[in-house]
Amino acid sequence: MTILIRGASLMGEGATDILIDGDTIREVGTVKVSADRVIDAHGIIALPGLVDLHSHLREPGGEGSETILSGSRAAAAGGFTTVHTMANTSPVADTAELVELVAERGRHAGYVQVRPIGAVTRNLDGEQLADIGGMAHSSAAVTVFSDDGRCVGDPLLMRRALEYVSTFGGVIAQHAQDPRLTIDAVVNEGRVSSELGLRGWPSVAEESIIARDVLLAEYVGARLHVCHISTAGSVDVIRWAKKRGIAVTAEVTPHHLLLTDDCALTYDPVFKVNPPLRTADDVQQLRLAVADGTIDIVATDHAPHASSTKDCTWHDASFGMVGLESALSVVQHTLVDAGHITWPDVARILSVAPAAIGRVGGYGAPLAVGSKANITLVDPAHTANWDTSRLHGRSTNSPFIGTVLPGRVVSTIFNGTETVVDGFLVEPEIVRNA
Amino acid sequence: MKHLISARGLEATPTVAILDTAMDMVDVRTREVKKLPTLRGKTVANVFFEDSTRTRLSFEAAALALSADVTTFTTQGSSVSKGESLKDTLQTLEAMGADFIVLRHPHSGVASTVVNSGWVDAHIINAGDGTHEHPTQALLDAFTMRSRLRGENARGSNLAGISVVIVGDIFHSRVARSNALLLRTLGATVTLAAPQTLLPREIDSWGAAIVSTLDEAIDLQPDVVMTLRVQRERMTSGFFPSESEFTQLWGMNDSRLRRLPPTSIVMHPGPMNRGLEISGSVADSPQSTVTEQVANGVAVRMAVLYTLMGDSR
Repeated sequence: MTILIRGASLMGEGATDILIDGDTIREVGTVKVSADRVIDAHGIIALPGLVDLHSHLREPGGEGSETILSGSRAAAAGGFTTVHTMANTSPVADTAELVELVAERGRHAGYVQVRPIGAVTRNLDGEQLADIGGMAHSSAAVTVFSDDGRCVGDPLLMRRALEYVSTFGGVIAQHAQDPRLTIDAVVNEGRVSSELGLRGWPSVAEESIIARDVLLAEYVGARLHVCHISTAGSVDVIRWAKKRGIAVTAEVTPHHLLLTDDCALTYDPVFKVNPPLRTADDVQQLRLAVADGTIDIVATDHAPHASSTKDCTWHDASFGMVGLESALSVVQHTLVDAGHITWPDVARILSVAPAAIGRVGGYGAPLAVGSKANITLVDPAHTANWDTSRLHGRSTNSPFIGTVLPGRVVSTIFNGTETVVDGFLVEPEIVRNA
Repeated sequence: MKHLISARGLEATPTVAILDTAMDMVDVRTREVKKLPTLRGKTVANVFFEDSTRTRLSFEAAALALSADVTTFTTQGSSVSKGESLKDTLQTLEAMGADFIVLRHPHSGVASTVVNSGWVDAHIINAGDGTHEHPTQALLDAFTMRSRLRGENARGSNLAGISVVIVGDIFHSRVARSNALLLRTLGATVTLAAPQTLLPREIDSWGAAIVSTLDEAIDLQPDVVMTLRVQRERMTSGFFPSESEFTQLWGMNDSRLRRLPPTSIVMHPGPMNRGLEISGSVADSPQSTVTEQVANGVAVRMAVLYTLMGDSR
């Protein structure tokens, strides 16, 4: 099977043809030969397949809100070809058996590469290390370990985890939230929490853990990845650590690049998320930090929740937002269209860099001849009202419904297989049998 | 105005109108026949997810005085604190004919959620939601201040020129939050006196001055000192070190009362911790309005029901 992409703008730059043969990019440039299938991509931007370092596909245990298949479809619709799925399933992904199960179900679904993230501590209890070596050496070859949803709060355990994981070349992805400073916290602490009478989640609870962890990482010589940073102060700490040569990487979510805590003023639980939406100044500093490279990647923190846990009071609602389908549009809106970065930077922050942090092969030379054919085609000129028809997972807790966002994924190609054609998801049996 | 959720949305003119209506309701309460037929055939459902006998009784008395039928739903504990159950509970009550739902809930924002969610069509009155707001308390406090300090000239007036000190646990107090907002709307000046631990962050928008101790606040010679109930468990959570230190720095006592102008009043929303935030002798002094606040509460809640009745939008 050969696919010829005609006239695509290569990462936003010159128009070119891309010839795919099997699962490999065969030619880039002016392609003279024809192919089994030709995609007219004039005016369309070609990006490397997107890589998400942070999602919750909920399986096993949370199939009411998402499954590996439904989450994979949401991912493909958003232009992703690899997603990492967090360990806070039920049971927790803290053994080789479980991560192998997750990876296998991802392969079976066939829309994207599903890379399980292993728990740092057994059952996410923050007390005893999980089977890190077993997961690393399993067929799932886990490289990223995280108790996401919970912080590895105990400094001694965090030190040991950093050291132990580095033994296997892996990385700890820390959910930076001081548990004591955030008891019952449900919204950013500041003007809005004071107005709403809701318990505040202070910025310092994130920043103090990051500060501690970068120093620990430096001390033990390990890599550290910081999940979903949300405050201007966290940016400062990361910037300082990088300048000092500490092996730290940082991610920001699309929603923290666009939304502020003012969204909570109506107590609409769709805006309840952890870490919470912060202030307009935080949003601005996060955008600038992506632009200057302090923040390495954008990751979705795709967190599906059944409607019953969002059609309720703020207090009772679950934390989290779905984000796989909207990530690229929000990045275009907040970073590209706002003039902070260019499309080659988008390829870096949504594909090359997250793949490098997760040690995912095949993403090192984006859209180069000989690379795996993981390609996302996006129409940047498309602008539309964001509604539930754009969502393809089992849950609809998107904070962007009713807003206007630019950009639309028109084609996603995963290892040479089309998972999205003309903006529509390919049927599961076709993908599975490809 | 169909619902009463927050003091934030209240503007001065309709607020003064509610206070004036409450004056009429006080008159009704002194007549031989203490009832109006206004809500005959209507049902007021008191839905209390948090125990508060006095607020519930006050709303009941107000509803009965307007000839409404009253149903009461009280419960505590987690089995009904989940959102789905709240939705179901309210829809059930409405299906049974509730025209007004008076809602008390331990979690902030619940009354707003009920209004915004469209779960029910009934009028919603927030009778206290978590540490957010308690707007009828602020209205009855404003009413009490106005009648005490304005006397014969109360009708039609706002609270311009009146200075109010709110002292104590501002952070956890829905009474303080609603009062600070409503008093500002009515033109009063507000000063908050509390330790930093008991002040919310970034409250510039409240338009209140902030002082550290009650003595500094007394130096301002305020017309009103509003004390607040302090939960004893705040001590163990590190908000303040001991009851005695709290009483010493933020408790209303005789010597502080003597330093106030004789026309000044001391308020408390109840229930009081006598000897902690307010001394027994201050609570029982002529300058205390504690029992008056309770009496005014019924009239003000009548006025609120009456006002909401007239507007179904």
